[in-house]
Amino acid sequence: MSSAATVEFAHVAKRYPGREEYAIRDLSFTVPAGEVCVLVGPSGCGKTTAMRLVNRMIELTSGDILLDGQSILGRDEAQLRREIGYAIQQVGLFPHVNVGDNIATVPRLLGWDKPRIRARIEELLELVGLEPEMRRRYPAQLSGGQRQRVGVARALAADPPLMLMDEPFGAIDPITRARLQDEFLRLQTEIRKTVLFVTHDIDEAIKMGDRIAVLRHGGELAQFATPGELLMHPADEFVEQFVGADRALKRLALTRVRDLELRVLMSEHDRNGHVRIAADESVRDALAKLLQSGRQEGIVVDADGSERGVISIDLISRSLENPA
Amino acid sequence: MIIAQTVIPNFGGGPNSCVRENRGFCLSWVQDNWNSVLWPAVRQHIELTAIAVVIGFVIAFGLALLAHRRRGFETPITVSTGVLYTIPSLALFQILVGFSFLGLNRLTVEIALVSYTLLILFRNTLEGLRGVPAEVREAALGMGLTRRQILTRVELPLALPAIVAGLRIATVTVISLATVAAFIDDEGLGSPIFRAIQSNVFKTELFAAGGLAVILALLADAALVLAQRLVTPWARRQRA
Repeated sequence: MSSAATVEFAHVAKRYPGREEYAIRDLSFTVPAGEVCVLVGPSGCGKTTAMRLVNRMIELTSGDILLDGQSILGRDEAQLRREIGYAIQQVGLFPHVNVGDNIATVPRLLGWDKPRIRARIEELLELVGLEPEMRRRYPAQLSGGQRQRVGVARALAADPPLMLMDEPFGAIDPITRARLQDEFLRLQTEIRKTVLFVTHDIDEAIKMGDRIAVLRHGGELAQFATPGELLMHPADEFVEQFVGADRALKRLALTRVRDLELRVLMSEHDRNGHVRIAADESVRDALAKLLQSGRQEGIVVDADGSERGVISIDLISRSLENPA
Repeated sequence: MIIAQTVIPNFGGGPNSCVRENRGFCLSWVQDNWNSVLWPAVRQHIELTAIAVVIGFVIAFGLALLAHRRRGFETPITVSTGVLYTIPSLALFQILVGFSFLGLNRLTVEIALVSYTLLILFRNTLEGLRGVPAEVREAALGMGLTRRQILTRVELPLALPAIVAGLRIATVTVISLATVAAFIDDEGLGSPIFRAIQSNVFKTELFAAGGLAVILALLADAALVLAQRLVTPWARRQRA
């Protein structure tokens, strides 16, 4: 089993029996191994359906889906699913077994021996930031955020080359949600899985995705692009409307201050009067601080406190015209 | 029927003055007849109940699995077990005795008792299986459990509280009904009760056997509650 798989949708279509219109129509795109691809769109656009076609929770009508070049169609359904991590919004932890046994579900199906399963549970609990003692807790004894973490750990248990995540942070309060998103992004830099991530929230899509597939009603692909491209060049009016009127601000949120070409710090700058902005903040946050300070310029500082340069509202505005 | 001979009480007099003088409830009679009358009746009663509940559960469980897999079976099974459940017990015993291949024996009694357990056990088992949250089933399917694995590893364990709740009702119902069964087959705690009713004088047996039936029901219920706690430790854990 490779650590990450390429996923290719090839002219995938789905029409439910007895229905006139297609739920998914001629969907084609390729997710490179190790990338997070977010399926996003208004409710009813078929994004969850598209995701569930991959592990054959729903059977496709025509076309094919290839994992590392191999069609899913000839595969035994249960075997296929054991090789694909699956995490859903409601988590669906088994209430009658403890956290450790929940995580062990797929490894047991695959016939791993006990010491290996035990070691894997410990490894995963640490990976998702839970104490080792949590393995003995029952799901009813966990908070919502802890349940989500266990759900992700369970989906990762057998080290699947592909993860399917259906609004995994959808039912969580905004603060915990942002933290879980950050944690998952940090986790992803370590594990480098291919991830298909479904959400209806364009902000989450921009934050989580290496690539974003925007679907419109009828399961048609409106645009498949990186977050930057999507915000800079929406393919059509639908995408433009869907990403929102504040797409310039969203683009700023994607860039870090340190990635801008900062102006050189001059001696005439009044160091006490200017707001100080950390180099790893997003440009959007930097702009907010500048506007708040009432000045045109601010001083950018590194984590160790050394001054790196000067950022200005003018410079930010020009960065939108000529993206780095 | 041979066993039934031993429970015919001896209250014709003998050495027991309380009985001879018919002074109401005679504790001394209970003591004198515990080994010869009451304890055998209790044992028979437990046998009658256990056989009925076990067979009833096996049938109802199979029917519930069938209805769980194919929804179309639910209504016919509910209606037919519901009809069995509503027939008055004495009438059902009479009807069964009317069949030539059955007679005044234990088989007839058990058929009647089993038929009263079916509706309760079927409904509770099916509700338990259906009560599994949709997202739990969805996650199980998505992780690659087969339908059989979902049934044995997820649905049945989660249905246990509902199944045990059904067993409790069924068991208590059968313990109570089995006393009426002595009308057909002279055994169990119903036997001393019928004797006492027929004699119209001697009430000690009636109270003793009736009381024992109540105690038996309470003990069986408590045992099932205890068993459920042992097999469903997760159900008691609340959020810390």
